[in-house]
Amino acid sequence: MLTRLKQMLIKEFIQVFRDKRARFLLFVTPIIQMLIFGYAATFEVHNVATVVLDLDHSQESRDVISRFTSSPYFDVQHQLTDSRQIEDLIDRGKATVALQINPGFAENLRKGQTAPLQVIVDATNSNTALIASGYINQIAIGFAKDYQQDRINRISPQLTERIPSVELEQRPWYNPDLRSRWFFVPGIVGTLTLVLVVQLTAFAVVREREIGTLEQIMVTPIRSGEFILGKTLPFFLIGLFDVSLIAVVGTLWFQVPFRGQVSVLFTGAILFLLCMLGVGLLISTVSATQQQAMVTAFFFLMPAVTFSGFAFPISTMPQWLQDLTYANPLRYFLVVLRGSYLKGVGMDILWPQMLAMAGLGAALLVTAVLRFRKAID
Amino acid sequence: MSFTRFLAVAKKEMVQVLRDSRSLIIVIIMPVILVLLFGYGVNLDLKHLPIYVYDRDGSQQSQDLLKRFQASDYFEIVRVVNSYRDLTRAIDDGHAKMGIVIPWDFSQRLRDGRPAQVQALVDATDDNTANVLIGYAQAVVQGYSSDVQIDWLRDHGQVAHPAPVIVETRTWYNEDLDSSAFIVPGVLALVMSVIGAFLTSLTIAREWERGTMEQLISTPVSPLEIMFGKLVPYFVIGMIDVIVCALIALSWFHVPFRGSFLTLLFSSAMFMIVVLSMGFFLSVIAKNQLAASQLALLTTFLPAFLLSGFLYEIEQMPVVLQWITGILPARYYVSVLKKIFLKGSPATLLYADLVPLAIFAFVLALLATHSFQKKLT
Repeated sequence: MLTRLKQMLIKEFIQVFRDKRARFLLFVTPIIQMLIFGYAATFEVHNVATVVLDLDHSQESRDVISRFTSSPYFDVQHQLTDSRQIEDLIDRGKATVALQINPGFAENLRKGQTAPLQVIVDATNSNTALIASGYINQIAIGFAKDYQQDRINRISPQLTERIPSVELEQRPWYNPDLRSRWFFVPGIVGTLTLVLVVQLTAFAVVREREIGTLEQIMVTPIRSGEFILGKTLPFFLIGLFDVSLIAVVGTLWFQVPFRGQVSVLFTGAILFLLCMLGVGLLISTVSATQQQAMVTAFFFLMPAVTFSGFAFPISTMPQWLQDLTYANPLRYFLVVLRGSYLKGVGMDILWPQMLAMAGLGAALLVTAVLRFRKAID
Repeated sequence: MSFTRFLAVAKKEMVQVLRDSRSLIIVIIMPVILVLLFGYGVNLDLKHLPIYVYDRDGSQQSQDLLKRFQASDYFEIVRVVNSYRDLTRAIDDGHAKMGIVIPWDFSQRLRDGRPAQVQALVDATDDNTANVLIGYAQAVVQGYSSDVQIDWLRDHGQVAHPAPVIVETRTWYNEDLDSSAFIVPGVLALVMSVIGAFLTSLTIAREWERGTMEQLISTPVSPLEIMFGKLVPYFVIGMIDVIVCALIALSWFHVPFRGSFLTLLFSSAMFMIVVLSMGFFLSVIAKNQLAASQLALLTTFLPAFLLSGFLYEIEQMPVVLQWITGILPARYYVSVLKKIFLKGSPATLLYADLVPLAIFAFVLALLATHSFQKKLT
């Protein structure tokens, strides 16, 4: 049996590595995708194009504006003179945020009334708008606090020393500078592995069937179990190699910390690869042609990536979708990846994810093998 | 070029698409699924985030502050713990997004008129969620702090002024900061990349692979007639899909539509020509299904997904990457889509996108024709 399996493996590896395009696909495209993804995927918001219209021309209004100018989140590009300019600039996409300070701003403040700050945000990108609004509010809160302090100081300086206050001391763990890249790079490792392994496995078997070599193999003394093993083992090994490759490139190039144990990451990767081999085999059993396999694989990939927590938090999805994500192996692998990279947690925390992937992997592989045998017989 | 011969090729192609159930699924159901996928799956509007609380003070004041967290839509206090270890464990295993620690001398400090600090331990693995979370938490704590100060000033016989500034934010184009209004219009570009490049490159590469393309070429049909005959059916399908997607966006996700329908049709037609030409060109140079479809995904779908401004803001990418997006047709198409759906921009503002789009369509169509003819000779 071992000799037959060995022959089969040799044949598969020759087949994969002989093709120049396949080599490119296996080893170069993942790196290219990792680089593009790593640079492009970001939800961070910096240097938002901002315009300012100061109709008050007071000490106070200038104070507010200078807080915007010195903030890294806003890039104050123009000081306007007319409110009609705001509409024009935002319409043309030249400005995302417009700050307008109406006449009477300082007077209201001095009278102890609430002075409004008019802000217009282009919300075409709702996420940018949300984050930018948060930063604007923080600037306003900062100004209000300082102004309040000054006022009390003026009334009676000795009160200032006795007035209570509450402050929030924020400690963002695992990713103290809130870098999008640290969030995305570990996720890309999982996503690219998924895309690669599922497509390759689905394709390999269907291709043999389409060009008729599957029948040729079937008339040899090889058993179907050996055939399946011979077909999947190479992709398992290639997948494992690609996970390592992508992970190393991502870590070194993008300087994402790796705080956990390599062994934990690999355990997760092996379980995840088993799931993906199962999916790939399953797709190959329901596809007669390469085209069908490709299209079916695509149908699996899109939802699997979208509903995994890769870019969008699962907790904000409708409940029925959240329930469905429990059947998605990538969901668990992402927790293992981010846990290993950023959190530095081990098996004591990640065992539920490992267990889930093992269960899913077993179920997928058994179904796939059973279906596959039936398809051959 | 003869119209009858062109029609014959087009008819054959149409029959082929309609007969293959899997292709039929991809052209009819895939657009619907993609729109639903992103409409439901992509929500960056965070609410009810799970937080843990460790109240070491247990006073009236600390309870008041925590009630404010509970009352906010953004937080949900899922558990009150009695040790720092339980809190860190919950953040490690992901049960809590944030842990609030109220120090033991919280109320004592407020009574003494000293600043009291509340700690927020945030799981910043996902920087975007963490950012929003911190913003909301700041607002809650600041609101509490300023109320404490107002009470204190009143108790000490001072005039207590309300908060000096409030921010009046108006969000334009997407007034409710609705994630689906931001995402769904761009999905049209994804749909067309899949139909136009991915599916087309697959089917045409299949003809090369099987040798039926040579058969077709040996008939009196001219190369131009073959090309048009092959591509026009997909063009029609793509345009129907655009309309279907737009209808789902409007009726199901209530995305506004503020531009003109004609502009939508025109820009979609241009983009369709771009992706069809790409798909055809790739099938000519790759000749094998796996390579052609992979190249198609890499050169059309991936840029449309990552580099078009569909999801990730172009302005936030590294400068070099921003330049690269300048030569990507998807970028201009997505920009037009957002203007048509959300902004309702006048024609003069659309030219900046429509003109490059038309140039791309022209150049790529020429490239595809040229490479096909060269291949034949």
